[in-house]
Amino acid sequence: MRKALLFGLMAAALAAPAMAQKKYDPGATDKEIKIGNTNPYSGPASAYGQIGKAIAAYFKMVNDQGGVNGRMINFISYDDGYSPPKTVEMARKLVEQDQVLFLFQTLGTPSNTAIHKYMNAKKVPQLFVATGASKWNDPKHFPWTMGWQPNYHTEGMIYAKHILQTKPDAKIAILYQNDDYGKDYLKGMEDGLGQKASMIVAKASYEVSDPTIDSQIVQLQASGANVFFQATTPKFAAQAIRKVYDIGWKPVHYLNNVSISVGSVLQPAGLEKSIGIITAGYQKEHSDPRFANDAGMNKWRAFMKKYMPDGNLDDNFNVYGYGVGQTLVQALKQCGDNLTRENVMRQAASLKNVQIDTLLPGITISTSSTDYAPIEAVQLQKFDGKRWELFGDVMSSAQ
Amino acid sequence: MDAFLHQVLAGLATGGIYASLALALVMIYQATHLVNFAQGEMAMFTTYIAWTLVNAGMPYWAAFLLTVAIAFVLGVVIERVIIRPVEQAPVLAIVVVFIALLLILNSVTGWIYTYTIKQFPSPFPEQPIFGRYLSSHEAGAIGVTLVVLALLYAFFRFTPLGLAMRAAAQNPESSRLVGIRVGWMLALGWGLAAAIGSVAGMMVAPIVYLDPNMMGGVLLYAFAAALVGGIDNPWGAVVGGFVVGVLENVLGAFVIGNELKLSVALVIIVGVLLVRPSGFFGRVQVTRV
Amino acid sequence: MKTGTKTWSVPVFWGLVILVACVLPFVVSNYHTFQLTLVLVYAIALLGLNILTGYNGQISLGHGAFYALGAYCAAILMDKASAPYWATVPAAAVVCLVAGFLFGLPALRLEGLYLALATFALGVAMPQLLKYHALEKWTGGVQGIVINKPDAPAFFPNMGLPLNPDQWLYFFTLAIMLIMFILAWNLLRGRIGRALVAIRDQHIAAEAMGIHNAFYKSLAFGVSAMYTGVAGALGAIAVQFVAPDSFNIFLSIVFLVGIVIGGLGSIAGAVYGALFIQFVPNIADEISKAAPWAIFGVFMIVFVYLMPTGVAGALRLITRRRAP
Repeated sequence: MRKALLFGLMAAALAAPAMAQKKYDPGATDKEIKIGNTNPYSGPASAYGQIGKAIAAYFKMVNDQGGVNGRMINFISYDDGYSPPKTVEMARKLVEQDQVLFLFQTLGTPSNTAIHKYMNAKKVPQLFVATGASKWNDPKHFPWTMGWQPNYHTEGMIYAKHILQTKPDAKIAILYQNDDYGKDYLKGMEDGLGQKASMIVAKASYEVSDPTIDSQIVQLQASGANVFFQATTPKFAAQAIRKVYDIGWKPVHYLNNVSISVGSVLQPAGLEKSIGIITAGYQKEHSDPRFANDAGMNKWRAFMKKYMPDGNLDDNFNVYGYGVGQTLVQALKQCGDNLTRENVMRQAASLKNVQIDTLLPGITISTSSTDYAPIEAVQLQKFDGKRWELFGDVMSSAQ
Repeated sequence: MDAFLHQVLAGLATGGIYASLALALVMIYQATHLVNFAQGEMAMFTTYIAWTLVNAGMPYWAAFLLTVAIAFVLGVVIERVIIRPVEQAPVLAIVVVFIALLLILNSVTGWIYTYTIKQFPSPFPEQPIFGRYLSSHEAGAIGVTLVVLALLYAFFRFTPLGLAMRAAAQNPESSRLVGIRVGWMLALGWGLAAAIGSVAGMMVAPIVYLDPNMMGGVLLYAFAAALVGGIDNPWGAVVGGFVVGVLENVLGAFVIGNELKLSVALVIIVGVLLVRPSGFFGRVQVTRV
Repeated sequence: MKTGTKTWSVPVFWGLVILVACVLPFVVSNYHTFQLTLVLVYAIALLGLNILTGYNGQISLGHGAFYALGAYCAAILMDKASAPYWATVPAAAVVCLVAGFLFGLPALRLEGLYLALATFALGVAMPQLLKYHALEKWTGGVQGIVINKPDAPAFFPNMGLPLNPDQWLYFFTLAIMLIMFILAWNLLRGRIGRALVAIRDQHIAAEAMGIHNAFYKSLAFGVSAMYTGVAGALGAIAVQFVAPDSFNIFLSIVFLVGIVIGGLGSIAGAVYGALFIQFVPNIADEISKAAPWAIFGVFMIVFVYLMPTGVAGALRLITRRRAP
């Protein structure tokens, strides 16, 4: 009897410091971690809603495999229809009513801009936002907001640098979507060309509501340009690629990396019409024969087969969702039992060369308290009619 | 000059797209005196049905004809089941039902087929026959639109059924008195409009790629085209469609730039309406006290 | 006026509603207070549209443009001119009154469908205009403008009633809403209101009777735009952010849906409609993650089937039947 009591006291004494290390903010308990998200599942940007679905499936897999440090992920995702007022409403619901630990992968630049101040005022992490705008890498003013993908502005700059290096006599034409997404790329290219910005001889924009962009392509060809850069979303990317070929225009052709999916963009456009297109990618493609037996992609394929059996293997949104989900799980694992919002942010800013199954070889995730850009490296690749052929070195956008 | 010609031809090609959907809008207006906002989504939905058939292995023209038939039946069913109960309600309430139909079709299609773009086959050959300015499909689509226009015009002008339908829309009470089954005329009108819409969808999809939001922008221009041509005149709708297409392209390329071309095009259309309030070829409505 | 209903039941009803409205922010969470503030904002916007479409019979598919105009007025004044938030409301009112009146003048020539197209064009063009690069210095272009949320004025905590910003904004919006509703009620039950309805029902006869159609129709446009513009300004302050794509054609369509479901030609209908367009999409999202707008569409159809004259119309029928 006394021995049992002694044992009990010892156990309690040993357990006490361990229990004292468990720290929770709203949304985290012994059993679960509540994560909030908004995605456009409806409206003009509904194609991006696929990312939300992929992430949800990924977390299901993580839960089936035991969760993160024994805790199940409770992923709550609301539709904001790509409308900022709705994003504000849903974000407030997640933070104030559903009491989530943090927001993850909220999608869209205007949507995230609308909640930017709110999240930082409330000191709730706005983590790995799904937009490539450059303003998310600002730890000094907005320490609770962090992006994930390489930003659009830098991507534009990389193409500009490549043009300056390889085609100094270039006359550049640019097709861009008339919103923050397209304009960010445009600015990136203009900034990248610097003094030589006059190399841009023609710019044409389009609205998401435009049925076709044929007129814009015809305009751009008429300018006499010999280099063409398109900052377009998948549907318009396919239209543009096809039209450029059909009218017999053969410029040096750059495509932004949101729309490089072989299955969902290049194939509808016409594989033979896409030969020679250059992009700066950071993710692996399922149809690339080089990754047919890649360990990381095989894990992704197994995930798709079991958790998204109807999912399109050629849709790179599914690759994206997996990759960003894996990044988050790594950060959460590093948190251990200290699941305060502050620690989540700290761990997210302490990722050191994390390998992700779906990122190109040589590209890893690194963050620090002054570097809130997890992926800064991209690799130029050219389409040869069957797959994206990498060339050159992995280019870091931190210049 | 070369660039201008190219823009005009590209404008005719897109104008053909607007014209084909505008015909469906005119059809539904002739039959019901209402503009169906869900026409674009119905066209899109039936095009997905065609896609499913073609993917299952059916040859193109068989799938085409079967889709037109299915679209006809769908139109009749929607009229009988969804629109019938609110026929007597105020006009705006019926418009709300159309909007609801639009939302339902768009959302359900996105759910079933996802939002990734899909390729849709074209019955026309790949090589361009008019040089590189106009693809064979675009030329073919314009041709198909003109054929549908001719059929529609002939139907309303020369057949007793077409006359009965116009009578039913214009004056239901008197039509009943002369023995016209007004209810079925409305259903027939919906069926034909849906069928025309499906043809429009199948002509448009190869150009713009098939996705649930395919018809959103087209509906806007088709609406403008139908009205500027005269909402009760199929010829007007087609001419209106071509005019809108060319206007939009020329404005965007040479006058105002792409950032404002939508606004300016619409302002011009409204301007036209101010000068000719019933559109170019429409019949002026006379109201009695 | 209304035969059969007891004359005191209407003010009592409204008194109760206002009482409940005043108590709510103290019993529900800040998030719900924010949602209720949006309901009040939409109610003002819908009342504006109702004046034009419900009472005067002019269809507008572009009222989102006036909402956007009011919102940007408020945002630009607060951002560029450091104007206090309460001053932006009358400024937005004036700007939109003028804009509406000016739009209403050429619109006089258009009837029915053609007017619908003209307003539709306005609604579609607005986001493009807001994104136009020449105006970017003022409008912030595609990036939009971020606004700070106002705090409650100092005398509230001094009175022992600490109001947090959400609650303060709710009461501010409520006060403005009540003022505007009373103004509208006054306007619509008087000579002007009767003129508007006469024009809607029989415009040739109305003209023959001496009602100056052109003046009243343009006035209706102006007043209607003013209301919706005020709502836009209040909405911008509540959401603290304006961006061009927040004000696309879908917003205009949602407003139209709101007044039809709420009840055309009814002031209370604006409130019912606002409740519908704010909460039913959320309910639809709960019911179906996969196709929420399909569920919303089904709700719309069900409401229209059961209540073709709107919620207000249905309530009117019920209270009339109950009368002795």
